[in-house]
Formats: sequence, structure tokens, C-alpha cells
Amino acid sequence: MTSFLTLFYKEVLRFWKVGFQTVVAPIITAMLYLMIFSHVLEDHVRVYDRLSYGAFLVPGLVMMSLLQNAFANSSSSVIQSKVVGSIVFILLAPISYLSFFAAYVLAAVLRGLVVGLGVLLVTLWFAPLEFQHPLWILVFATLGGALLGTLGILAGLWADKFDQLAAFQNFLIMPLTFLSGVFYSIHSLPAVWQGVSRYNPVFYLIDGFRHGFFGVSDVSPWLSLAVAVACFIVLAAFVLALLRRGYKLRA
Amino acid sequence: MSSVPAIRIRQVAKRYGKTQALAGVDLDIAPGEFFGLLGPNGAGKTTLISALAGLVRPDGGSIEVLGHDVQSDYRAARRLLGVVPQELVFDPFFSVRETLRFQSGYFGIRGNDDWIDEILANLDLTAKADAGMRSLSGGMKRRVLVAQALVHRPPVIVLDEPTAGVDVELRQTLWRFIQRLNGEGHTVVLTTHYLEEAEALCGRIAMLKAGKVVALDTTANLLQRFAAHTLRFHLAAGELPADLAAQASREGRLWVLPVAACEQLETLLARLRQAGCRLEELQVGQPELEEVFMRLMHQEQSP
Repeated sequence: MTSFLTLFYKEVLRFWKVGFQTVVAPIITAMLYLMIFSHVLEDHVRVYDRLSYGAFLVPGLVMMSLLQNAFANSSSSVIQSKVVGSIVFILLAPISYLSFFAAYVLAAVLRGLVVGLGVLLVTLWFAPLEFQHPLWILVFATLGGALLGTLGILAGLWADKFDQLAAFQNFLIMPLTFLSGVFYSIHSLPAVWQGVSRYNPVFYLIDGFRHGFFGVSDVSPWLSLAVAVACFIVLAAFVLALLRRGYKLRA
Repeated sequence: MSSVPAIRIRQVAKRYGKTQALAGVDLDIAPGEFFGLLGPNGAGKTTLISALAGLVRPDGGSIEVLGHDVQSDYRAARRLLGVVPQELVFDPFFSVRETLRFQSGYFGIRGNDDWIDEILANLDLTAKADAGMRSLSGGMKRRVLVAQALVHRPPVIVLDEPTAGVDVELRQTLWRFIQRLNGEGHTVVLTTHYLEEAEALCGRIAMLKAGKVVALDTTANLLQRFAAHTLRFHLAAGELPADLAAQASREGRLWVLPVAACEQLETLLARLRQAGCRLEELQVGQPELEEVFMRLMHQEQSP
């Protein structure tokens, strides 16, 4: 247990020490998104009848920031320690692959939650929010962080160089998060794209998360929960198998 | 030797693509030994140490640390092992003390500050305890690597080229500390390119060549078997008799003649005088590990 807690604490301290870059910067980015998009679109887009666009946008931005930062945390930590070689200190220690996995994922969840909470706090006064189902909010926030934190480990293990990680981020994470209903309800899309969106797991995370705030969503939160849990289980099993084999860690 | 070896290596093989890095290594190292693992670059020393540390998975064979298999019983094996890696790696986010506290935690140890302070003092790092890793010089970072390997008081300590690119002062500090730990019963395994270091420190030596152990004996026996005393001189006048010239080698402007035993020295000098040789800068050399090393490495692969 001590080795797991130490690794978790180390992972938290790692992002906290450079908090301006890992926490403050993404909060400012999200605030800019909100100011620009809500200013431009406020009077043109009506998503659900009773919601202003700004209110609709806030939970999406919170979730998007949470997901991107959870991914960034575990992926950058793994690849950085691989590239500079300091991962050897963890590999030499009697840490089980399960502890390794749990420490990196939990630290990613924590960073995601801290950033998400920060975005929520600074955007609160831009738009009237409701908190109808706080438990749903918490469940989807945690699940989303865990899912992307796990994906971050996978990306960090797979990438040998920073530009490969950037490719993973630009060609997978960004489209998945941007095309998931952060900025719009998928019901406003043409039928084809509505269909495509349903294959994007991030759509369910954001839709379920938004349900927690307003009690309205494109699909049932139970369906979103099932999809998110299933995705996490499959991905976690895959990453655990890689860690167990020592994929790209132990030659 | 006690019944459970500190390290037991059996038929360990590892291939990287076309390169056979380890070709069936067998080795037993007893508890309390100061053991040297020598060989040229690419002989497989680091691969062997990595396999021992669990960083590399061998294609075949087994390795045990104090009876614990490094694959199937890896947590117990790693607790017993402290490895100083060859590469100068560090985590740039943390200070020296944080680094050592984390390393203790990874090994399941809390509240390790007394021992950490002792390690820091012994490696002359106390003044740098709160400095960021990034700000340290190369030699200082190397000391931290050694400290990290020792946080959990491992009974078996493995040092992979710990003195590469390190100044004389640190080498002495380091060896004093490691010798003290060895005196207290820790087993020490060392790879180094500085053969005089291995000669001075190691009780027993294995020489590795192309992934195989080509020599394994006490340092004294190796020296006796493969090296000789030498007579070195500058030939100011005259010529060496043909039979002596055939045995001699050149070392810069000096001639080097092997002398099997000290008693032969007189006869040899008398012969040279009779042959009309005038010798200058005369030196008698001790047998050196370097010679053993050169001989073994340049020998044709034995069948």
C-alpha cells in the first residue's frame, strides 16, 4: 500500500509543482472558449428549450477540460519518464503493475477534477447553472477522468517520442472531445452525424455529465453510464495486460 | 559459500534481433562477496544486470536473488536488490531529499529520514539535500543514483559503471562507503571500465565476452594465471637478442618483457648486459588486471 500511495503522491506532486501550466492554463483556455462561443452564439443557438446556450456550454467545457487534462497527466508522465529514463526507479521497485495502473489513473482523475472544478468556478458567473443530480455529475466526472487517464497511460506506453504522443492527442483525443457535443446537442446535427456521434464514447460522458446539471440529455444517463463503464473496463483490461507484459517498459 | 547464493544465474540467454547479448550465462555469487563483472563494451554486462534487476526479460534461464526468482517472485527479489543504473537519469521535478523519500516509499518504507540522512552524509550530499535534481552537477547526480539504490538497505548492491565520468574525489568517497557496506555484510557486484578499480576492490571477477563468461576466478588467481611481472626499459644502445625480442612488446618508447618470477630478473638483466644492451628508465611492473583482460579478450573464441 505504501508503494502505491507514494507513487500516487509523486504523480500528484508532479503536476501540482507546475500548477500554472497544468491547472491554471487550461482553466483560462476554457474561459476563453466560453466567452467567445457564448458571445457569438448566444442569440443564434437554442439547444434545449429552456436553456441559454451559455448554460448549455459550461458543463461541456468543464468535461472537455477534465478529459483533456486527465489524458495529458498520465500520458505526459509516462512518456517523459520513459524518454529521460527516470521510469527505471519505478521499474526497479517492488511495485505491482496494478498499483502502477491505479496510481497513474487516480492522479489523472485528480488533475481532471481539479481542472474541471476550476473551470466550473470561473465560468459560474457567465451562465445560470442548475445542479439537479450532483451524483451523476460526480460519477461521470470520475469515470471520464479514469477513462482518459487510462487512455493516457496507453498513449504514453505506445509512443516512443513526444511527436507520436502529439499525434495521438491531435488525431484521436481532440476530435473525440470536440465532436462529442461539447458545443452543440447532437440533435442539431444531420441524421448521419447523429449516428456517427453515437459511436463516440466521449459523447456519452458529456451527455451524462450534462444530465447531472439540467436533468435533460440526448440519451438516457443510464445508457451513458453503461457505455462509459464498459469502455473503461475494456480499456483498463487492455492496459493492465500491457503493463503486466512490460510492454515497451521491460525489454 | 553459504547454501543460498546472493545471486544465482543459470543459463541466461537474451537475443536482440541478430545480436546474441547473452549466450547462456551461469554464475553464482556468494553473500558478502565483492564481485567484479568485467568485459568490453557490448559483452553483455549491462544486459545481465538488467535481467537481474527485472528490466530485461531473458529468453531463457533463471536468475535468483537470495533464493527469490526475479521473474516469478519479483517483489521479494527487488526488495533484496539495490541497483545503480549506468545511465545518469533523474526526475527533474524533485529535490534530492524528495527523490530519496519517493524511492523509499516505492519500496514500502515510510519515515526513512534517519537512514536517508546517513546515506547523504556518507556520499557528501548533505549540503545538496534540498537542491533540485536539475541544478546538480553530473557527479552529484551520480551520487544521488547511488543513494537511491541504497534507501531500502538492500543486502545485494549492484553498481553498473558507477564511476564513469566521475572525479577522483567522488570515486574515493563512493568506494569508502561501498567498502564499508561490504564490510557490514552487503554483497556488492560491480561493473567498471577502470580495471585498476576492479583489481583493488573485487575479491572475485568474472570476465564476459560476447555474452559468455570466459573467466571466473579470484582476482589473485586471475593475475597469477594470466599476467606476469614485467620489466620495462628504454633501450639506449644495443639490440635485444632474437628470442627476447619475440616475447617483448612495445609500450610507447619502452620495451616490455614478461618475467615469470622475480628470481628470473637477475638472469634476464645479466643476459641483456652480455648482449650489449644499455638500459635506461628501468621499471619492474606488477602483474595487472589490464593484461589479464587484454589477453582474455584477444584470445580466439575457445571451442
